[in-house]
Amino acid sequence: MKPHELLILSGKGGTGKTTVTGSFAHLAKNPVIVDCDVDASDLHLLLNPSILEKHPFISGQKAVVETTRCSGCGICEELCQFHAVSMGERAEINPMNCEGCSVCAHFCPEDAIELTENHCGEWYISDTAYSKMVHAHLFAGEENSGKLVSFIKQRALETAEETGAELLLIDGAPGIGCPVIASISGCDTILAVTEPSLSGWHDLERILDLAEHFQIICHVCINKFDLNPDLTQTITARCEKRNAAVIGTIPFDPQVVSCQIEGRPVVSAPDSPAALAVTAIWKTLTKKMENRDSPAPPPMFP
Amino acid sequence: MQIAVASGKGGTGKTTIATSLALCTDDPVQYLDCDVEEPNGHIFLHPKFSERETINLTVPKLVEQNCTACGKCKEICQFNAIAQFGDTVMTFPDLCHSCLGCFRVCEEEALLEENREIGIMETGKSGKISFTHGRLRVGEAMAVPLLHAVRSKAAAENIVILDAPPGTSCPFVETVVESDYVILVTEPTPFGHHDLKLAAQALTNLKIPFAVIINRSDIGDDRVVSWCQETNTPLLLSIPFNRSIAEGYAHGIPLVETLPELRSSFEKILKRICNEAP
Repeated sequence: MKPHELLILSGKGGTGKTTVTGSFAHLAKNPVIVDCDVDASDLHLLLNPSILEKHPFISGQKAVVETTRCSGCGICEELCQFHAVSMGERAEINPMNCEGCSVCAHFCPEDAIELTENHCGEWYISDTAYSKMVHAHLFAGEENSGKLVSFIKQRALETAEETGAELLLIDGAPGIGCPVIASISGCDTILAVTEPSLSGWHDLERILDLAEHFQIICHVCINKFDLNPDLTQTITARCEKRNAAVIGTIPFDPQVVSCQIEGRPVVSAPDSPAALAVTAIWKTLTKKMENRDSPAPPPMFP
Repeated sequence: MQIAVASGKGGTGKTTIATSLALCTDDPVQYLDCDVEEPNGHIFLHPKFSERETINLTVPKLVEQNCTACGKCKEICQFNAIAQFGDTVMTFPDLCHSCLGCFRVCEEEALLEENREIGIMETGKSGKISFTHGRLRVGEAMAVPLLHAVRSKAAAENIVILDAPPGTSCPFVETVVESDYVILVTEPTPFGHHDLKLAAQALTNLKIPFAVIINRSDIGDDRVVSWCQETNTPLLLSIPFNRSIAEGYAHGIPLVETLPELRSSFEKILKRICNEAP
């Protein structure tokens, strides 16, 4: 059976995705943990994985000019849609901008441009104190975050098949673009972590739009809710209207940062207010996911 | 003068710092919100928009009666946006990066240029500040072309404040790559420190000078301050956690309005950067 895919998102960064995911890793029974925030991943700082396998991630290609053959005609600069070619006496390609479309190479009259494989990151399968973890690191400035996310999710599904895991616990990236869309594909449940601020709310609305667009059930939890109880109430009412239940709130709790400094999930300090709140959210969420996995779930977005 | 405000980790206070900087200069100033996935600057600056532009990518549409199934378009496409099964060619415009290669190799006029909307760009005024942001269409994966459109509004005669998206991948690079100076906003926690190092590495590779502002400076430990000392990275400002700042932030009130005494610090930062930047 395909494992249930639970994806933690937020839209806005820094609302507590990784804090929540790290705690769920502690609470879940034998999940596969996946960190899909591949360009600024932090989950490993809470879970201290020991790497079992490390592989290069090679994806796409980059154009390279063979300067001895380049006549400096400038056709490549004219054709490139990604502002990757700058012309001096010879063409020069900025690899940060090159998307590897191959148009320059195809039309170069001197055959002076070649495409080379792009080693743009690394991916790992690791052991943690809780279960297996699949994660990755995209090199700075690389553009294949969506491809790397899809790739490690595939590896995570294979790992789940080997270990018999029934849950993929996925820490997502901020935003709603390329890496987020790649992490949503195949996902069963989204938990959106937000905070009671106009920015948090604004960005949550776009996550709800995204969940609706891809027709995926989305629950919400509000972190640091007590910093602004009025906005917490407004956001809760708004979510209800949008068919996305607020299934819990987490109070502002200095233990979150202390545990982060000690490199452990906050639920491992079991009596702290944040730990109690996250544990309650996990219980509610697992019930919802169990109901969801039973036959004929009700349509969420009619 | 272009100053980008970036961070690596999200939610450290980029928008808080960027909007406050824009509010603390008497020179002509532009604020460009480069976080087109989740733009928040307008929540603090309340711009009045006067222009609204749809940003499109050019993608191919097949004209079946002209297509000879020669296979050239499929061959040049590196993004799997064109597939061919026997004599049948299909296009997948959602995967297209708009390199225009297929149009250039097709000799039969079998591909029509179509638009795929990736988002909208809005420009207006917030007091003296010229404001531009982009809003990526929900479901669209490609943020960079929209970001590029926002970025290209930067005018040479202005102080341009760029509010960067989180992370260190292509949207971050597109934002900072032509800027003169970058302010990295972080918090003194393991997550903040870890992502700060990634962003700093990227900027070092790009040879762009940068400095650090520590937000909520009293919530964690001294690892970021030590890192700044070890790496000789200038520390421009530390802002302690303060409930009134959090309150103001929640309601979209710019930091320098909540704590007007910070105004002189931001003015000094701007002066310092304008003197230091190459």
